[in-house]
Amino acid sequence: MDLALTDEQRMIVDMVRRFVREEIQPLEETLDPDADEVSPEQLEALSAKVKEMGLYGLDTPPEYGGPEIDLVTRCLIAIECSQHRAGLYAPCYYAFGGARQAQLFEATDAQKEKYLYPMLEGKKRVFFGLSEPSGGSDPGRAIQTRAVRDGDHWVLNGTKLWISGADRADYGLLFARTGGPGRAGVTAFIVETAWEGFNVRRVVHTLRSAKYATEIQLEDLRVPHENILGEEGGGFAIANDRLSRQRVPYAAECIGVAIRAHEMATEYAKIRETFGAPLSHRQGIQWMLVENEIDLRQAKWMVLDAAAKADRGEPFRMESAIAKLVASEASGRVVDRSMQIHGGLGVAKDLPLERWYRELRIRRVGEGPSEVQKHVIARDILGAGLR
Amino acid sequence: MPVRLDKPWQPLNEEAISLIAGHLGVYQLADASEEIVYIGVADARSLFGLKGELKKAMADPPAGATQFRVEVNMAYRTRHFELLQAYWSDHAALPKANTDVDTRSLGQLRPG
Repeated sequence: MDLALTDEQRMIVDMVRRFVREEIQPLEETLDPDADEVSPEQLEALSAKVKEMGLYGLDTPPEYGGPEIDLVTRCLIAIECSQHRAGLYAPCYYAFGGARQAQLFEATDAQKEKYLYPMLEGKKRVFFGLSEPSGGSDPGRAIQTRAVRDGDHWVLNGTKLWISGADRADYGLLFARTGGPGRAGVTAFIVETAWEGFNVRRVVHTLRSAKYATEIQLEDLRVPHENILGEEGGGFAIANDRLSRQRVPYAAECIGVAIRAHEMATEYAKIRETFGAPLSHRQGIQWMLVENEIDLRQAKWMVLDAAAKADRGEPFRMESAIAKLVASEASGRVVDRSMQIHGGLGVAKDLPLERWYRELRIRRVGEGPSEVQKHVIARDILGAGLR
Repeated sequence: MPVRLDKPWQPLNEEAISLIAGHLGVYQLADASEEIVYIGVADARSLFGLKGELKKAMADPPAGATQFRVEVNMAYRTRHFELLQAYWSDHAALPKANTDVDTRSLGQLRPG
C-alpha cells in the first residue's frame, strides 16, 4: 500500500499545519490551560479563515456545502488539527465547523428544513443522546429509556448519561425503546431542549475539561410523531452508522497530539542536560523516543489503511476498530513517555502534556472502549455467530 | 458532590483566608445576608490559586461581599460552569458581580 500523499493532500496538510501554528497555538497562550472554547467573535474570525481555505464543514457532505474530501484526507486534516493544547476534544476550537450530527442528513425534507439546515449554518447546536446509566457500548440492549405512543405524540421517560453539550444545545437526537428488547426495538427521535420534560440535571465532571458531559432526565417528554428520525425501530442502524464512520478520524486525532508530544520530547531531550550530557545521549531516553516513533508509525498506518478501505467502498468495520484501538492506546503510551522525558515539567500545567495525558485516557473508553473494539475485531475474525 | 455548593460560609478576612491553600478550584462570595454575589474560579492562570483569588476579593470586595466558601476541584472549569448554570436556573440571572461572564457561553441546567 502506498501511503505517499498526493500533491493536493500535501498542500492541504501544509495549509492546516500553518493555520494551527500561526493562528491557534498563539491564541492558546492567552487562555487557561484547560480552556475548550474561544469567544464567539474569535471563533467567527477563525472560521472565516477556514472558509477561505475551503475546508469549512469537514463532516458535511459536498451536496450540503461541505468540502469534497475523502476519508484519508479527512484523517490527515484531523492529525494536523489536533496538534495543540485543546486539540484532542476541541480541535482548532471548532473553527472547521465542529461536530455534525450526520444522522440528520437522513431526515425528511420537513425535518431538514427545521433541524438540519439551521445546524449546518451554525445557528443551532445539536446533541447526540445515546448512552444511558445502563451502558453505552451496547445500545441495542442497554437502552432503557421508553417511548410510548399517545395519539400523534410519543411520551419519553428515562435517563441519559455522558451526553456532551446537551445543556447548550437547541435540539438533539434521542434514542428510546419503542418496541421489545434488542436492536429492532430502538427508535431515534429529534427532540427540542426547550420542551417541558427535557431536563439537564447535572454536569458530569471527568478527567476531561473540554466538551463536558451531562446527565439528562426525560420526564413525560412529549415528542411529535413526525419527529421520528428514519423509521420506527430503525434507531440502532442510525446510531451504529455514526459510530462506525466517526471512529477513523477520531483515531486520527489521537495521533495528532501524540505527534506533537513526541516532537516536544525530542527537542527537550536534546537541550536538557543531566550529569554533564544531554538527555538524548542516554540510551534509556533514546529507546523511549524510538518506541514513540514506532507507536506513531503503526497507529498512522492503521488509521490511513482503514480510511483508504472506506474510500474504496470496501467493508472497513474491522479496520476502523483496529485503528481506534491502536491509535488510542499507542498515543497514550507516547504522551506518557514524553511526560517522563520532561520530568517535573511534564506533569505541570505549563505544558500541554498533562492535559493530553488525561484526555487520551478517556479516548481508550470513549466511542467504544478498547475491549469492545477487540470484540468487534474478534467477531469479524470468527464470524457473525459471535454476538 | 451536590450540584450547588452547600459548605458553610467563612468570613472574608485575613485569618480565614490564611487557612486556604493555593489549590485550583471554585469559590463563591456572599454578602452579610448570605446572598451569593459572585461565583469565581481559581484556574491554572491564578497566582496562588484559591488563596490568591480570595485575597484579591478581600482587597476589593465585589458587591459588598463579606463571606466566602471554596471547593478544591481540578475540574475547575466544568464545575465553574455548573455552579453558574445552577444559579441561573434558580434565579434567572447571574450573581450581581458576575459581569465577567459571557452569558452566551452558558447552557441550561435544571438541577431540580
